[in-house]
Amino acid sequence: MTGIRVRDLSHFFGPVRVLKDINLEVEKNEILGVIGPAGSGKSTFLRSLNRLNELVQGSRTEGVIEIDGRDITRPGTSLVELRRRLGMVFAVPVPLPRSIYENLAFGPRLAGARGKEKLDALVRNCLEQTALWTEVKDRLNQSALKLSGGQQQRLCVARVLALKPDYILLDEPTSGLDPVSTMKIEDSLRSLKNDYTIVLVTNNTKQAARVSDRTAFFLAGELVEVGPTERMFTAPSDRRTEDYISGRFG
Amino acid sequence: MRVHPRLEQRLVKVVLWSMTAITVFVLLFIVAYILRRGLPVLSLSFLTENPHEMGRTGGIFSTIVGTLALTAMALAVATPLGVGTAIFLNEYTWESRLTRIIRFGADCLAGIPSIIFGLFGFILFVIKLGFGWSILSGGLTLAFMILPTIIRTSEEALRSVPRSYREVSMSLGSTKWQMVTRVVLPSALPGIVTGVILSVGRSIGETAAVIFTAGSALRLPTSIFSSSRTMSVHFYILAREGISMPNAYGTAAVLVLSILLVNIVTYRLMHRFIRKYS
Repeated sequence: MTGIRVRDLSHFFGPVRVLKDINLEVEKNEILGVIGPAGSGKSTFLRSLNRLNELVQGSRTEGVIEIDGRDITRPGTSLVELRRRLGMVFAVPVPLPRSIYENLAFGPRLAGARGKEKLDALVRNCLEQTALWTEVKDRLNQSALKLSGGQQQRLCVARVLALKPDYILLDEPTSGLDPVSTMKIEDSLRSLKNDYTIVLVTNNTKQAARVSDRTAFFLAGELVEVGPTERMFTAPSDRRTEDYISGRFG
Repeated sequence: MRVHPRLEQRLVKVVLWSMTAITVFVLLFIVAYILRRGLPVLSLSFLTENPHEMGRTGGIFSTIVGTLALTAMALAVATPLGVGTAIFLNEYTWESRLTRIIRFGADCLAGIPSIIFGLFGFILFVIKLGFGWSILSGGLTLAFMILPTIIRTSEEALRSVPRSYREVSMSLGSTKWQMVTRVVLPSALPGIVTGVILSVGRSIGETAAVIFTAGSALRLPTSIFSSSRTMSVHFYILAREGISMPNAYGTAAVLVLSILLVNIVTYRLMHRFIRKYS
């Protein structure tokens, strides 16, 4: 079943066209890896899905993005609801300057969640899903800024889970992490696939090969090719894909 | 002539060191001088009694009350206006010609001599609006005077909040206003408060703008429509008209000490706040 359907998507920052006529579909409960060199538009693509690009001055979108059948580029779309349904994890872990607990409760509280017991249970559940619970359960009230980089990023994943989203968008989530922390994040992603649809932007092609079901290759704002990860990495149909994957550029 | 780098290094160090020393010395000298002449006058009754015989005898109680009332009035008006403007400029509009003009205007406003503000306040509040010489007129005039400082420091503080905080907040489903109140303002608060403290210092010390708008009545003010004399105006009149130099220095000492106190207390509170939020 199709979750996200992107048709003729172009994106502009001022006069600069960053995305060119992207056509792409994301199936439910799959991990779609998005690879491509820096500046290829993969982050912009990800951010157009939850319309976060609009925080930048002079940002403009053309085309259609259907999420569960509804075009979210239309003016009347509730951005609050949209961003709750498509949780996002950023390249650099950004814990808000408050306690671990408050970081997780931030989204639910905005959505109107009240009641200590319910929140407590939610916080615990989300921390368990990212294998963080045993590490932090005794210091939930400590500042989240004191966690290590890897823990912070897992906290950010947990914080997104607390929104109870349908989709998780990850923007190079392990770019600043060590191999062990990276492995932990990738493990979480694999187990999250059962309940969520995941779009994983990564500049690490091997990561896409390890975790994604299908992989899309972006180059200079265009979608060069998309297909099952195995085929992409063994028999890509476009020469440029092959060059990038084999490390000839990028 | 070429100077050997090592000699140059040494010279620079000496010059910079002396500059710092001179600054600190001048500062300490002024404070020490005022305190040495003022402290002997200070007593509990000096602080709690109203002035008698134009201030020749008695204390300065009514001028302390006047100073507090005017400063409070000015802050109550200028802080919401200034912080609100800064939030609007920084969070609710894109950079444009208009925002640049507003900023430029605020900067120009900050450079206007306070006596001009006094004259403006006199014409607008005292005469035109008929508030007379009063705490209301004086407070509003001071508010306009400190507004640019509050706007600009608040804006700097807001701008120093990382953009990633805003992105995270929005991506977690906050509205813009929720983002401002729950994420941006708490992070920017230390900077905003610094600006407000600077303004408190300016309000307490302001004389020219106040003498035109709040008058110089020595009675204890009873409402915001009462004319009132602030400590700095009191000091000015005592010294200028040669009424009582000891009492003038006593007033100055109280002024200096209260500004010191305001700074210490707010920085304490600030530190506690920062520890809580990071």
